[in-house]
Amino acid sequence: MSLRSPLAKARNHGSARDGVHHWWNQRLSAIVLIALTVWLVLAIEVAASGGFAASRAWLALPWNTVFAILFTLSAFYHGQLGLQVVIEDYIHTRWLEVTLQITVKLLALLLSVMGTLAILRIAFGVAPLAG
Amino acid sequence: MNQRPARPLSPHLQVYKPQITSVLSIVHRITGILLTLFAAGWVVWLICLNRGEHALQTFQDLLSSVPGMVVAMLATWALFYHLLNGIRHLIWDTGHWLELDTARRAGWAVLILSLVLAALAWRFWQ
Ligand code: HEM
Repeated sequence: MSLRSPLAKARNHGSARDGVHHWWNQRLSAIVLIALTVWLVLAIEVAASGGFAASRAWLALPWNTVFAILFTLSAFYHGQLGLQVVIEDYIHTRWLEVTLQITVKLLALLLSVMGTLAILRIAFGVAPLAG
Repeated sequence: MNQRPARPLSPHLQVYKPQITSVLSIVHRITGILLTLFAAGWVVWLICLNRGEHALQTFQDLLSSVPGMVVAMLATWALFYHLLNGIRHLIWDTGHWLELDTARRAGWAVLILSLVLAALAWRFWQ
């Protein structure tokens, strides 16, 4: 006897991975990233060539702030969805697979938040942490 | 319960001759993984910009060292390749360009165009 009913056991062998949802979100984030990548390629020259103060001023322009945040969030969202599939495809040791999946997702979340916070601090004119 | 029938396994990648379609497919995956690492690099740049002038200088010194330049060039190409081939993927998803010769031709176009755009961008940035 087990706490779990035979039906519950049988159900566990079906798909539990939201395949269509995953596929669709990967495409949607790809389309968003097309526009943001074009913006980044055209802007990075201005962003990085003028030195410290100029780069901060550039990032603080409202549209640049918006696009920089959107790029950061969509890149990690799309990248994490993609890495999930790569791990599913190649890692067949269950504990390692689960550990890697969790690590990738948490790192993507951490980097998204760290990036967004840095952008917002600069956009709102918070003084640099160190001279 | 978990016993697998002794059927032949597929695919055996090493018995296939590499073709433009299969090579570009694995390159899409590799550039996707690289781009996720480069996105982390973008966040490091942001963090340096938030931290201060000295941190940003360190970042820029690393980027203009020889290994840094190689990484930056690779990043530029990977970005264009994944962007263009990603568009090819999205077109496939609409049911178009799936005929073998079209898929091959678009594949070559993606490869060549990604190299050209990376070279152009690199010149434009200098
Ligand atoms: C910084 C930006 C980007 C990152 C970090 C990134 C990362 C990734 C990763 C890790 C994968 C998984 C690869 C695989 O499963 O083989 C992937 C797949 C994909 N990417 Fe991107 N990508 C980025 C930008 C783009 C852009 C701009 C497009 C635009 C068209 C795009 C389109 C796609 C598509 C369609 C797939 C799915 C491919 C498949 O089903 O095999 N990506 N991406």
